[in-house]
Amino acid sequence: MNFKCQELSKVYSPDNRTIPVLENVNFSVTEGEFVCIVGPSGCGKTTLLRLIAGLLEPTSGQICFNAGENRKQPRNVMVFQEHGLFPWMTVLDNVAFGPEMQGTGKHEGRELARSLIIQTGLADFSQCYPHQLSTGMHQRAAIARAFAADPRMLLMDEPFSALDAQTKLLLREELLRIWKDRRKTVVYVTHDIEEAILLGDRVLVMTGRPGTVREDIPIPIPRPRNLTDGDYPRLREIKQHIWKMLEHEVRQSLSRYR
Amino acid sequence: MKTACFFPDRYIAVMIAAVITGLWEGLVHIGILSPLFFPPPTVIAVTLFRWLFNGKLTPHLAATLSRALTGFAVGALSGLAAGLTMGWSERVRTVTDPFIAAAHPVPKIAVFPLIMIIFGIGEMSKIAVAALSAFFPMAINTVTGVRQISPLYFEVARNYGAKPFKMFTRVIIPGSLPMMLTGMRLALNNSLTLTIAAELVSAQKGLGAMIWLSWETLRTEELYASLIITALLGICFNMLVQFAAKRLIPWQKGIS
Repeated sequence: MNFKCQELSKVYSPDNRTIPVLENVNFSVTEGEFVCIVGPSGCGKTTLLRLIAGLLEPTSGQICFNAGENRKQPRNVMVFQEHGLFPWMTVLDNVAFGPEMQGTGKHEGRELARSLIIQTGLADFSQCYPHQLSTGMHQRAAIARAFAADPRMLLMDEPFSALDAQTKLLLREELLRIWKDRRKTVVYVTHDIEEAILLGDRVLVMTGRPGTVREDIPIPIPRPRNLTDGDYPRLREIKQHIWKMLEHEVRQSLSRYR
Repeated sequence: MKTACFFPDRYIAVMIAAVITGLWEGLVHIGILSPLFFPPPTVIAVTLFRWLFNGKLTPHLAATLSRALTGFAVGALSGLAAGLTMGWSERVRTVTDPFIAAAHPVPKIAVFPLIMIIFGIGEMSKIAVAALSAFFPMAINTVTGVRQISPLYFEVARNYGAKPFKMFTRVIIPGSLPMMLTGMRLALNNSLTLTIAAELVSAQKGLGAMIWLSWETLRTEELYASLIITALLGICFNMLVQFAAKRLIPWQKGIS
């Protein structure tokens, strides 16, 4: 699914103050693209994602989604940082939640869920409750649930930020593998520059609050990418470029609020 | 790791109880404790066994059980409905909150005379006071249960396209179930307490009536025996709720 954010702005107004969070955000995403959004903390990345998800209304501007909404397929599904699974459902019921909400038959929904559970390596844990899972398995299940709902687009809010380095590496690979199979549009928010350039077709770099898209950087390097082999110099260049930009942003926002 | 121990802690508790009972028995027999206030445990046990086999206990137990359980069912179900509605709708909550806050702290036994005027001195008034005492803990705990569900889960469900009915059955009910069960335990205890209190005041049958009759006739061993039955009933009720909790909320960490 493709969509376009046009002059998107969001202002929060808690107790009579006004806090502009996003200001004049413009970008578009095309079908099947994996777009990463990085930015200094508090720049409104999560707010932007919620606007795209339709969980929040923009103060001004609009998001145009392409026409041709088909079937009962949900427009988007969010994957949260952690604790996104329902604690009162087993892994299987959690993963089958999307199909259940779409009115898919119980048996059919479970079959669908099972195949994703197997694909994410959770076959032995399908009858476990979330509190019995490690954080890594929890996020795996969250990803399986998102894909089982078969949305037209996936919105991910720092889904791996609570994981240790090794698990993070593994889950990134798994995410890319499933994504390659199913070719969903993905918008992936992260504060980890390395993660963004390893995963994305494009990286959008945001400014500090009020956030706006400062640069749109394509990463024309085939996956799987890594920072140790041949593609290292190119990726390092990009990483350094983003790093400098963000450093500048962070310093600026620090001096502004001092 | 546990150090090697001759007896598990549970057995120690049993042994303490046995020692106290033995001491009690002995002290009565050598004349230090008066059998009028402290009839020897063997006499109490004999009384209990006699009741069990001569059928004296059954009608009383049945009367108390049916009053307490009917009252509990009526009170807890309406408390559940009220609690869910209040948890669901902010408006309903704002309107009803002051009423609940005002009525909840009133000791329900104090209202019993009024209830007797309205419902008469028959079964209805006892069931009504038990129901009233079950209503509040159930309603209050259910509201709290619904309110403490993390907004994240509502957001997730909405994001996946949950309609209000599914939101109710898949998020609100299971999310508030642990608190509902706490409410249920309190409601069950309250309805037993209030049934017996009401029976003390006005009843021909029931554990409360038995207790009162043994006090009036100064049959202390029967007083103790009925208290033991009452205690056992309370323990059974709690076990029932614990069993229900284990079955209904297997995702809770605290319950094994």
